[in-house]
Amino acid sequence: MAKHDTPLLDQLESGPWPSFVSDLKRQAEIRAKNEEGVEFQIPADSCDDLLGILELSFKHGRTHWKHGGIVGVFGYGGGVIGRYSDQPEMFPGVEAFHTMRVNQPAGKYYNTEYLRSIMKLWDFRGSGVTNMHGSTGDIILLGTTTPQLEEIFYELTHNLNQDLGGSGSNLRTPSDCLGSSRCEYSCYDTQALCHFLTNEYQDELHRPAFPYKFKFKFDGCPNCCVASIARADMSFIGTWKDQIRIDQDAVNKYVEKDPAYPANAGAHKGRDWGPFDIEKEVTDLCPTQCMKWDGKKLHIDDSNCTRCMHCINVMPRALKIGKETGCSILVGAKAPILDGAQMGSLLAPFVPVNPDNDYEEVTEIIESIWDWWMEEGKNRERLGELIMRQGFQKLLEVTGIDPMPQQVEHPRTNPYIFWKEEEVPGGFERDIKEYRKYHQR
Amino acid sequence: MSVLDNREEATKMVTDYLQKKLKNKTKFYLNDFYKVFPDDKPRQVKKFVNSLVTDGVLEYWSSGSTTMYGLKGAGKQHASEGEE
Ligand code: SF4
Ligand code: SF4
Repeated sequence: MAKHDTPLLDQLESGPWPSFVSDLKRQAEIRAKNEEGVEFQIPADSCDDLLGILELSFKHGRTHWKHGGIVGVFGYGGGVIGRYSDQPEMFPGVEAFHTMRVNQPAGKYYNTEYLRSIMKLWDFRGSGVTNMHGSTGDIILLGTTTPQLEEIFYELTHNLNQDLGGSGSNLRTPSDCLGSSRCEYSCYDTQALCHFLTNEYQDELHRPAFPYKFKFKFDGCPNCCVASIARADMSFIGTWKDQIRIDQDAVNKYVEKDPAYPANAGAHKGRDWGPFDIEKEVTDLCPTQCMKWDGKKLHIDDSNCTRCMHCINVMPRALKIGKETGCSILVGAKAPILDGAQMGSLLAPFVPVNPDNDYEEVTEIIESIWDWWMEEGKNRERLGELIMRQGFQKLLEVTGIDPMPQQVEHPRTNPYIFWKEEEVPGGFERDIKEYRKYHQR
Repeated sequence: MSVLDNREEATKMVTDYLQKKLKNKTKFYLNDFYKVFPDDKPRQVKKFVNSLVTDGVLEYWSSGSTTMYGLKGAGKQHASEGEE
């Protein structure tokens, strides 16, 4: 029997989607029965009370959570988000219901033993409710009390080889696609870079360092499976410098509709889309119109290719990413808070990703950006907003990157590159007499 | 030589600055500490201020998305909502 009546929440279960309300009810029941005999360290009815307080919030049209306060465990300035309820008498099970962020492994690879041990710990010392994964990528453990924080942290770090993630004005937990571990499109080893930078910037990750949050995300190719371009202050997106590798025989197999060469690697096989038409499905859809099919051979003008991945996705057996690979760095994506939502802007079209020199080319850009943002950023101003306020040109100056055509979205619409006097031979002063020799008034 | 090298002196500069402001506010952004040490790099100031938290002189206060600093025990804790 449910502890609280929740007619408003019950309605949420009626839609076509899996419902968190059903999940919470199930968890409340599991805790009430406690068939495994867990010695719960936080109230057994925390999930019942969570449902109860949410129902009340719907009824009142206002939240009953107070937020803020607690930030972490000793020595850390992030990883824990404090949540206290303002109805502790009615819902004692959620009087304190803190969130813990746990740094997910690169590529989100787990074995079942690891997942079981995390859950064993969380059923014992928390509510058992998780969010796999939060938008930063972390494993989110939802709901525990203050005395449990240090205990959980000790167990995570000493026995599970596991660290907390970032929150507040820290570097947020870096997150990546699974990259070269499974994906042939990967232009660099995303997991290696993500893991390296997570270790390199431990101080920034665990202690507040910035005017506001800062996110890194790593995508192995422009397919952007972790959506870094839309969600990270700095996105590292795999790319290549040379040519798309074409296997002309395989292209012809696609055109001949050889069953061993299904378009899109068979991803849309569930429905009959009609015969494969290379012009309709590939060359005509190339965003820069840099491809041509002459009936026998496929031609690509690589100097005009924007590396959108479309043709490679459609004919993966015939087309491969180039051999000279690295990443593009984009900056400033964010969700709307001060200004509207923003996508990342291209800062560096090609940066080598080189583990042998500890990714020097990458860390140099990161640190020059941090120095600028820490100095000039206003409180709660994201990098993308600082770029809007002080200009992209300023960003180029602080990173020492030369302006280049790839940074211009459309010619003549975002002309943010202005010459300075010292960059112009002869400066801005002119000799008017000399000028008048050639030009009438 | 940076004033941050003299820990005692630098700590006093921070606590004096915060004490002075205590009437109006108790929670401060990292930015505010740059004003106390205008000649030092933000990254150095950040390191120092965070070490004061470890020492128990300051404490963090976080909303989840933003982190602030205050003198330990000063101002609102989680229990009150700006009504002290
Ligand atoms: S972003 Fe690219 S490399 Fe990474 S998993 Fe997706 S398709 Fe593969
Ligand atoms: S990757 Fe995109 S831009 Fe490049 S050739 Fe293929 S479809 Fe055209």
